[in-house]
Amino acid sequence: MRVPILKQGDYLIASVQSVLSDDDLQLLRDDLADRVGRFRSRGVIIDVTVLDVIDSFATRTLRAIAHMLKLRGAHTVIVGIQPDVAFAMVQLGLTLAGVGTALDLEEGLEYLGGRAHRLHEHRSFGSREEDRLGHPLRTGRHSHEHHSSRPRDEDENDHPGHASQRSLEYGQ
Amino acid sequence: MANESRIPIRTTADIVTARQKGRILAMELGFDGSDLTVIATAISEVARNIIDHAKSGEVIITRGNQGGKRGICVVAHDSGPGIADVEQAMQYGYSTRNGLGIGLPGAKLLMDEFNISSVAGQGTTITMRKWRH
Repeated sequence: MRVPILKQGDYLIASVQSVLSDDDLQLLRDDLADRVGRFRSRGVIIDVTVLDVIDSFATRTLRAIAHMLKLRGAHTVIVGIQPDVAFAMVQLGLTLAGVGTALDLEEGLEYLGGRAHRLHEHRSFGSREEDRLGHPLRTGRHSHEHHSSRPRDEDENDHPGHASQRSLEYGQ
Repeated sequence: MANESRIPIRTTADIVTARQKGRILAMELGFDGSDLTVIATAISEVARNIIDHAKSGEVIITRGNQGGKRGICVVAHDSGPGIADVEQAMQYGYSTRNGLGIGLPGAKLLMDEFNISSVAGQGTTITMRKWRH
């Protein structure tokens, strides 16, 4: 199944919707290479939350996509690697060296920097009072302290795999 | 409970089918948590090896009890050209293609038992097991 790619400002968001065969992954690579040029994108987020397996081929292809897009002037961040998937990848000795990773879409946008950040705030402005005051569940998490007053419109589900996914951020 | 799955491997989509069936069978056999992902990933690697080196073959996933141990058994079989130097193929990071050289040695790392036998011109059979802990 072809991965839908959304354009948001300077960024592209490729949101994987179902399991991917090797051919689907290569199609994603070609689609992204094409659109980064067409839309003059500065950043790409690949959301792999639904993937239950990231094996050596998938890792190699994701890494190739990130390095190729870098040569085209865009930064790539892989978001949503599940805890069990991260565990299996580490056992296999697979790394995403030189590739940005983030916990989820929201942190992926933050990773890519200021412009998406502002769009994000604009979109969710005034939507939820408690969010503007900072969500109580998030206050103990160091990674959110620096922007705890920022409005949030993403779901507030806590991800148990926070620590293990962080450990994949090699080479940054 | 069937406790056996035979998946013909001819296209890259079959790799996905094999690891999905493997995950379901592993669940039926009592595996849970990260073991399911680890087993599915190992199946993905040996199934891909079939596509890459032999074009077609099959993956057979069964209940893998032995003595007092309970677990899952995965056999990946093909009638391809065989692997000339099995020892070399099992070296981590060695690849005949443009790969990472992680596939087969990686699958070995993920499972508890891993055996490979290959005869030039006759094919390759990989048998791997994981025990429930």
